[in-house]
Amino acid sequence: MRDLKERVFVALSLAATLAGILFLSILIIDVVMDGASRLSWDFLTSFPSRRPGKAGILSPLVGSAWIMILTALFSFPVGVGAGIYLEEYAGKNRFTWLIEVNIANLAGVPSIIYGLLGLGLFVRALALERSVLSGALTLTLLVLPIIIMSTREALRTVPFSIREASYALGATRWQTIIRQVLPAALPGILTGTILAMSRAVGETAPLITIGALTYIAFLPTWPITFTGSFPFVEFSLQGLFDPFTVLPIQIFNWVSRPQKGFYTNAAAAIIVLLIFTILLNSLAIYLRYRYQKRMRW
Amino acid sequence: MKAQRFIIFLILAASILFPLKAEAKRRLVKVDGSSTVFPITEAVAEEFQAAKRGKVMVTVGISGTGGGFKKFCRGETDVSDASRPIKPTEVELCRKNGIEYIELPVAYDGIAVVVNPGNNWVDYLTVKELKKIWEPSAQGRVTKWNQIRPEWPDKEIHLYGPGVDSGTYDYFTEAIVGKEGASRGDFTASEDDNVLVQGVSTDPLALGFFGFAYYEENRDKLKLVPIDDGNDSNGKGPILPTPETVNNGTYQPLSRPLFIYVNKKAAKRPEVRDFVRFYLREGRELVREVGYIPLPDKAYELALKRFEKGITGSVFAGKGSQVGVRIEDLLKIEE
Repeated sequence: MRDLKERVFVALSLAATLAGILFLSILIIDVVMDGASRLSWDFLTSFPSRRPGKAGILSPLVGSAWIMILTALFSFPVGVGAGIYLEEYAGKNRFTWLIEVNIANLAGVPSIIYGLLGLGLFVRALALERSVLSGALTLTLLVLPIIIMSTREALRTVPFSIREASYALGATRWQTIIRQVLPAALPGILTGTILAMSRAVGETAPLITIGALTYIAFLPTWPITFTGSFPFVEFSLQGLFDPFTVLPIQIFNWVSRPQKGFYTNAAAAIIVLLIFTILLNSLAIYLRYRYQKRMRW
Repeated sequence: MKAQRFIIFLILAASILFPLKAEAKRRLVKVDGSSTVFPITEAVAEEFQAAKRGKVMVTVGISGTGGGFKKFCRGETDVSDASRPIKPTEVELCRKNGIEYIELPVAYDGIAVVVNPGNNWVDYLTVKELKKIWEPSAQGRVTKWNQIRPEWPDKEIHLYGPGVDSGTYDYFTEAIVGKEGASRGDFTASEDDNVLVQGVSTDPLALGFFGFAYYEENRDKLKLVPIDDGNDSNGKGPILPTPETVNNGTYQPLSRPLFIYVNKKAAKRPEVRDFVRFYLREGRELVREVGYIPLPDKAYELALKRFEKGITGSVFAGKGSQVGVRIEDLLKIEE
């Protein structure tokens, strides 16, 4: 009898696991069947066009990459810093409690609200216009609560004995955190951050709200250009202030067009977006694996 | 070793923070607004950029007609795409910010009324019948085909239409029910017209409406219904929407003009001026290609004249959608 219960439970668990995978495979197979024929180097390196057969995803692809990298640059230090402060330094008082409640709430705020905030704060009040920078800052706000929470979770998994051992050997708090606690928590922090990034890469609503474009046939200015004269390289921040579009907006636009060709294009763009997300997630798994192996106490 | 790395880092940081060369400003035309007008503007922008050999860039957004006007009236865009004329509140907003605009019609969009191809009883519908089906009081009452015409079958009627946020819905209710935004609520609504096509093509009892372009791309799956507006002066009897009947104004009242609004101050910049001229001159070919219906040639000439003269304001006197007007007539009044 006890044996039977266990077997039923295992079967149910397996079914639960397979259900998710099954639906994901159906989705992927469907999209690949619709869009695979359209995937080509040309598709990746052409600008959008009114002719479905000629249209490509260069500007949304590059826009998504810009937004992703900047969002990571902004949100990682701030999010991890806030997480460390709350977990390691902050005392248990009303102020900390208030911050904690707020962060937990912010994680549940619908993304379009962040878009409205971004429109009011970055686009209008700070006059950054509808630029790559506004988009990245808006998404930074969106993912910050997730990063802070996963940083705290990761710090909590570091056994307290490690900290005590470090103090016992005469290390200061700073030394303990930077040399012991943080490296041990890093795999968890990185995983959380990258998962937050893969959420951000699929966001459309906040970016449409702040005024990301739909048709754009040029790229943000490249930050580094090589020139013929000394010092042979030029750096430019102009790209931060250039207008942009991202993959989900392009997909959304193509899906709603009447011509069949655009439907195929949308499917192909979805494949690219999926690959983008899968790459990010594999990076998370790889980093976790690598850092975990290094950890020896 | 450590010091070396630090110095390299400093140089990199400095060169990123202080760009050596000020970037040459791009010549940019900023367009935003209706997603209905988007395909036309996208096509024109593509050809215009090709013609200018990359010297001028055009960006197009889809904030919707209302969202587009909000940005336009703050001076954030040069041109605004609109699937309806500017509304009084938007006129007021523009006036407050000192934005003067030139209103230019660029194309017609027909609204197609369709049924499933298996439907062998509907031969045509009158505007009165459509009103009887769609008006708010029909909710829960008009549910069978034989309530519309007694000889039609005693079967349920399934309604499909665009979501209430769309300009197509606004125009349809204004034209059929007589009041913008007033309709029954018990119909299958979707913001994505492709979903409506799917619905009507698989449901033998369906009746739906959406943009003409979506019918054209799915002819084999849908049956188009001719519409009789009961007014013989613009074509006798029921009329099918075709590029011709929409263009010559006989498919009434379900064809509507689409517009661009140009900021008068921005129109002084050569790139904006060239873009608008290109739009009105070369646009009519592209309009057909992306599934809309060009205006009569005369209307483009009048619009171009209006632009060159810099006549500001709306021929609709800021009243919003008007039904059954011919665009040339309106433009002529202003001359």
